[in-house]
Amino acid sequence: MNFDIGDGVDTIVNYILDNFSPALEGIAAIIGFVTDGIQDTLAALPMLVGLAIFVLLSLWRVGTGFAVFTGVALWLVDTMGLWPAMMETLSLVIASTVIAMLIGLPLGIAMAAKDSVASSIRPVLDLMQTMPAFVYLIPAAMFFGLGAVPGTIATVIFSMPPVVRLTNLGIRQVDVEFVEAGQAFGCTASQLLFKVQLPNALPSIMAGINQTIMLSLSMVVIASMIGAGGLGNTVLTGIQRLDVGTGFEGGLAVVILAVVLDRITQSFGKERPVFWRTFFPKAARQQTEQAPA
Amino acid sequence: MPWRKAEKNMEANTSVPVSEEDRRLKISLKNVFKVFGERPDKALAMVKSGKSKTEIHAETGCAIGVNDASFDVKDGEIFVIMGLSGSGKSTLLRLLNRLIEPTAGSIEIDGRDITKMSRKELIDVRRRDISMVFQSFALLPNRTVLNNAAFGLEVAGVGEAERTEKAMVALRAVGLEGYADSRPNQLSGGMKQRVGLARALASEPTILLMDEAFSALDPLIRTEMQDELVRLQAEHSRTIVFVSHDLDEAMRIGDRICIMQNGSVIQVGTPDEIVTQPANDYVRSFFRNVDVTQVFKAGDIARQTQVTIIDRQGVSVAAALERMQNFDREYAIVLGRDKKYHGMVSQTSLVEKVRTGSTDPYRNAFLADIEPIAASEPLATVLGRVAGSTWPLPVVDEQGRYVGSISKSVLLETLDRAS
Repeated sequence: MNFDIGDGVDTIVNYILDNFSPALEGIAAIIGFVTDGIQDTLAALPMLVGLAIFVLLSLWRVGTGFAVFTGVALWLVDTMGLWPAMMETLSLVIASTVIAMLIGLPLGIAMAAKDSVASSIRPVLDLMQTMPAFVYLIPAAMFFGLGAVPGTIATVIFSMPPVVRLTNLGIRQVDVEFVEAGQAFGCTASQLLFKVQLPNALPSIMAGINQTIMLSLSMVVIASMIGAGGLGNTVLTGIQRLDVGTGFEGGLAVVILAVVLDRITQSFGKERPVFWRTFFPKAARQQTEQAPA
Repeated sequence: MPWRKAEKNMEANTSVPVSEEDRRLKISLKNVFKVFGERPDKALAMVKSGKSKTEIHAETGCAIGVNDASFDVKDGEIFVIMGLSGSGKSTLLRLLNRLIEPTAGSIEIDGRDITKMSRKELIDVRRRDISMVFQSFALLPNRTVLNNAAFGLEVAGVGEAERTEKAMVALRAVGLEGYADSRPNQLSGGMKQRVGLARALASEPTILLMDEAFSALDPLIRTEMQDELVRLQAEHSRTIVFVSHDLDEAMRIGDRICIMQNGSVIQVGTPDEIVTQPANDYVRSFFRNVDVTQVFKAGDIARQTQVTIIDRQGVSVAAALERMQNFDREYAIVLGRDKKYHGMVSQTSLVEKVRTGSTDPYRNAFLADIEPIAASEPLATVLGRVAGSTWPLPVVDEQGRYVGSISKSVLLETLDRAS
């Protein structure tokens, strides 16, 4: 017996294109609005202000050494003339991460709440993670045209699984006694979720978000093939022209952005001092000295 | 409610002292079962037809957590559920606030069957009437000590000002008001459990469920916490159901003890009853290693074998001396008419005071350095005093009335009988 699955998929794609184009345009408009908004804001940001924001974030969340690295590395990107491209990539990463979180967090919570939901969503997540990205880049471009919107959608598909999985895992791993304590003191289901489960699953959820950001960064480069723009374009140009130098510069900028984003987002799963105490340690010390009295 | 009393007397495995009968029932369990597994109905039918646990597990894959538990807990008592690990004691405790759903039976709290309550009613009961203290504290690490203590009130929708105030009162009651802004991970084990206790007390519940609450603490802190619990109980009478695997602990704090084995309730009784009339070898095996000096109170072993003299006007010293000589006793206890302990005299001290012609020879003949022992003191704390004293030591109750005396020979006899 032979099933022609390929023909079936073709038929479905064509059917969707023929009958659901208003819906597709609506989705494209919403996602376009989000990505354009973020892109315009970041593009309008002067390079020095952007650099300062990254350095301050590094200083607050990670430490002095890493702040120095961030400053030097981002200045290097600017000297290579890749700052605007990097901002474009960053805006795609932010847009797709936000969308992945908006869909992924509730999905992860639903998976943790019900075993049947978990077992039905898990194969879908496997599919999203392992299906070669080029396979859904093509229909994405067919549905939504070329540009940032299909790039964002393809990126969301590829990068969403970690946040879903780790939200589910984090909630399931919350100490049974915490959950029992919540119930014993009369929590409703939503109080239990927001006051007990989510706060205690936070490190795991943050690890998921971190992974989602990393995956979306790697996908954004591939998405440049359907015109998503950014550093991916630089790399692609390098490949097309066999210009090793340009390609390497683009790749290096991606790596720098990845390292900076990774360290900063990772730190949000850990305890760190309140913002102002990092920058005004003297005032912080005075306050702790007063506390015992 | 007379019908309930009648039913209680019919229960074979409970022995309730008659004098306690009048106290109001707080919690009442009747034929409660808990079956874990996929086919609870079939397993339940098999339990009721007398099949063994192994047979049931082989046929249905179900495990019996609690098997036909029936007992009553009275208002204001500390009720200890005891058993080895796996005996179903923690499961039984969780049935009381339905953290675990019972498979069959009724659990009445203040006369209302909680097994029939809706989710909303149950949440209401949990917020108002029952709170719980956990073995590994279960303090939420993302909250300060104060916000942990206020957790129950916050969940119940109490406004911030009021819940902060009540949580501070609870923290003060456990001696931790200075740590309100600390995080749980900055506290020692004993302090964490005090916060756990404060959290449970903050909503002023009438029932406190304590699941091996002190088992994770080291022995010194454990004793301290037991004393703390008894003190808190004295200030504010609540009904406490306390799960423990430690008989010393059960004997120390329990008004009554319920012993569980393999999910069944084997015996319910006062600590004395459990020690003197153990229901079976399993129960007996528990206190083979028990320290009797912790089980018995001074009042339990005091004996009225000493000569007593009533301290009143017009009784001659000669008559008292004659009484002592008749009974061949060197000492006598002098009591007021209300049986209050006044002092102790010896033949020598009496004769001496009479000879020196002092007025009121009784009072002047009292032997110095005799501190009466409180009847409620555990034997362990009075061992040294009795052993080191030349005279038998008098024991008095809370009103200062004479209960009896403990002599060295009585002490040795008690220790000998116990081993």
